[in-house]
Amino acid sequence: MTAKTDTRFKQVDRTMRKLGYERSALIESLHTAQEVFGYLEKEVLRFIAQRLSLPYSKVYGVATFYHFFRLKPQGKHVCVLCTGTACYIKGADKILAALERRFGVKAGEATEDGELSILSARCFGSCSLAPVAVFDKQTIGHLDEAATVEACERMCDDSER
Amino acid sequence: MIQSVEELESYAQQLRQARAEVQEEINVCMGTTCLAIGAEAIKEDLEACLAKKSSGRSCKVRPVGCNGLCAQGPLVMINATDESHCETIYEKVKPEDAQRIIDCTTGTGEACVKDITCQVDIPFFTRQKKIVLENAGYIDPDSLEDYIAADGYQALFEALSHMSPEEVINQVRTSGLRGRGGGGYPAGLKWDSVAKAVSEQKYVICNGDEGDPGAFMDRAIMESDPHRILEGMALCAYAVGASEGYIYVRAEYPLAVERLNRAIKQAEKNGLLGAKIAQTPFSFHVEVRLGGGAFVCGEATALITSIEGNRGNPRQKPPHLSDHGLWGQPTVLNNVETFANIAPILRHGGEWYAQFGTEKSKGTKVFALSGQIKHTGLVEVPMGMSLRELIYEVGGGIEADRAFKAVQTGGPSGGCIPADQLDLPIEYESLKAIGSIMGSGGIIVMDETSSMVEVARFFVEFCMSESCGKCVPCRVGTVQLYNLLSKFVNKEATDVDLALLEDLCEMIRATSLCGLGQTAPNPVVSTLHYFKEEYLAGMKDRA
Repeated sequence: MTAKTDTRFKQVDRTMRKLGYERSALIESLHTAQEVFGYLEKEVLRFIAQRLSLPYSKVYGVATFYHFFRLKPQGKHVCVLCTGTACYIKGADKILAALERRFGVKAGEATEDGELSILSARCFGSCSLAPVAVFDKQTIGHLDEAATVEACERMCDDSER
Repeated sequence: MIQSVEELESYAQQLRQARAEVQEEINVCMGTTCLAIGAEAIKEDLEACLAKKSSGRSCKVRPVGCNGLCAQGPLVMINATDESHCETIYEKVKPEDAQRIIDCTTGTGEACVKDITCQVDIPFFTRQKKIVLENAGYIDPDSLEDYIAADGYQALFEALSHMSPEEVINQVRTSGLRGRGGGGYPAGLKWDSVAKAVSEQKYVICNGDEGDPGAFMDRAIMESDPHRILEGMALCAYAVGASEGYIYVRAEYPLAVERLNRAIKQAEKNGLLGAKIAQTPFSFHVEVRLGGGAFVCGEATALITSIEGNRGNPRQKPPHLSDHGLWGQPTVLNNVETFANIAPILRHGGEWYAQFGTEKSKGTKVFALSGQIKHTGLVEVPMGMSLRELIYEVGGGIEADRAFKAVQTGGPSGGCIPADQLDLPIEYESLKAIGSIMGSGGIIVMDETSSMVEVARFFVEFCMSESCGKCVPCRVGTVQLYNLLSKFVNKEATDVDLALLEDLCEMIRATSLCGLGQTAPNPVVSTLHYFKEEYLAGMKDRA
């Protein structure tokens, strides 16, 4: 994959062009890059650094500062568990521990086979559904440990069939 | 292009008439929460059922913003156009209810679908006073026409044609409006100092980086009524002499981002934003900037650093933003709810607004109720209401009628308030006096099942991972604080730890650079003050 042939780089470039290749376009460019590539690999960060005339260290520093940016690829399926206050009060910490036990990963990581990522989010703002998680695109509320583990298993099974 | 007050008014009139031609409006709540539990499918089914109907009262299905009673979602509100109030609310609606709702509303079935009808004469609805949320649940957030029909942009056009910038600031000052992000700095004063600053370029920034876990007021406003924020910002820009604005929104709020971007496009296309608005020399451009999920970026100087494309590190103040803000220029920074108050204040006058609330805290405040409370959701109440009223009447009391233990206001920067302080009126000063803060409006209710030490540790863990790392007291102090609290949770603490805990809290508060560090010990200090016995129970020689 090179910047010349991969059209995804063009999409990132479009964001930078729109903002006049100003250095302040960095964060917006990272957002676009994550959207089209799924995560921020080093080649993409280098590409942005070069186009915005910024040191690579600066781009890397910004990308690692903000939680929203991912520097590792995600699993095929993603479970994002809300760990906001309302969800915490209703047991999100126990759910997260159960997920970590069941799939042998820590929050923010993907399973070895690349099937599933377990992520935690600060707060969806859907506190009335607490505890709540998003399984791929589907939001499910009022979860408990068993229901969450089961939903993750189901998500992974569905793709095998 | 709408070019004058008169044009805007006649257009609004026309839109209102068109809206009144439909007898019944079927408003489907499309806020994030209702969408997550199937509102889209319900809307489609309602539309499909309505399309098949040829007789009865005329109806229109409309997607609207948050009604507030999220706990009972998905919600469908039936609104007769000849009356201004919401007539019937259907709760926990399922797609299969669509046919019955259409039958009842068109008048070809029963009066209403009884089994899913929500009671509307409960305090949750009757005790609210909606100013900021006046349109939420009534207008389609993606429709500029709906906003204009609800007197939208009228205040901006009036101000541009008939008021000087000073008069706009005067109205805001008279209203007594204070910053709704939590700080409570008077908006009029802030605007005045930027207006007086001498510079060719000034900026208006709207802080939509709602980072407090358990707070979703600003998200609901951005999703339900995006044009209201744009109008508020434009009024501010006119008052202070700015021509460019930014809305800094969390990337975790994709729906809010989408609706704001659409609103900006619509407003520019119709001459409500952009160059030479209402044929005056006033121009104002707004752009959305995405946040990256860093809590510290809610701090004013950190937010500005982030817009400039850097890591969101705060800096020392002064210089204040009014002299040296974005790109070194004078800048007004207010949060979403503050800007959402501006258009109604200008429309009705500052004195009208000042009649609500208390002497020092005017107007209303939007709160997000969550935790162990019956009516989780979004409410707007006059300032000065007691916490008891908010929790027990508006909020319906504690879930499963368990015993109340504490209420947490102000998120990670706030404190826990015990039962014997519940009669306290909600005001900036009174909350501060008992060790909490108003904050941006997250209200988290905890019952007897919650351990206060663990809750305090939860918030400290939050601040620990959100500390930007720039200053030592916050970066190192929060880690030490977390470790100490863990000792209490694991029942391994000693008398020395208790003394250390108190000292450490004071040290972090007094020496941190920005608000994040300065307020990080608040949850610990307040629980230590009101629930000391739980800390004592966590000591190994006493357990």
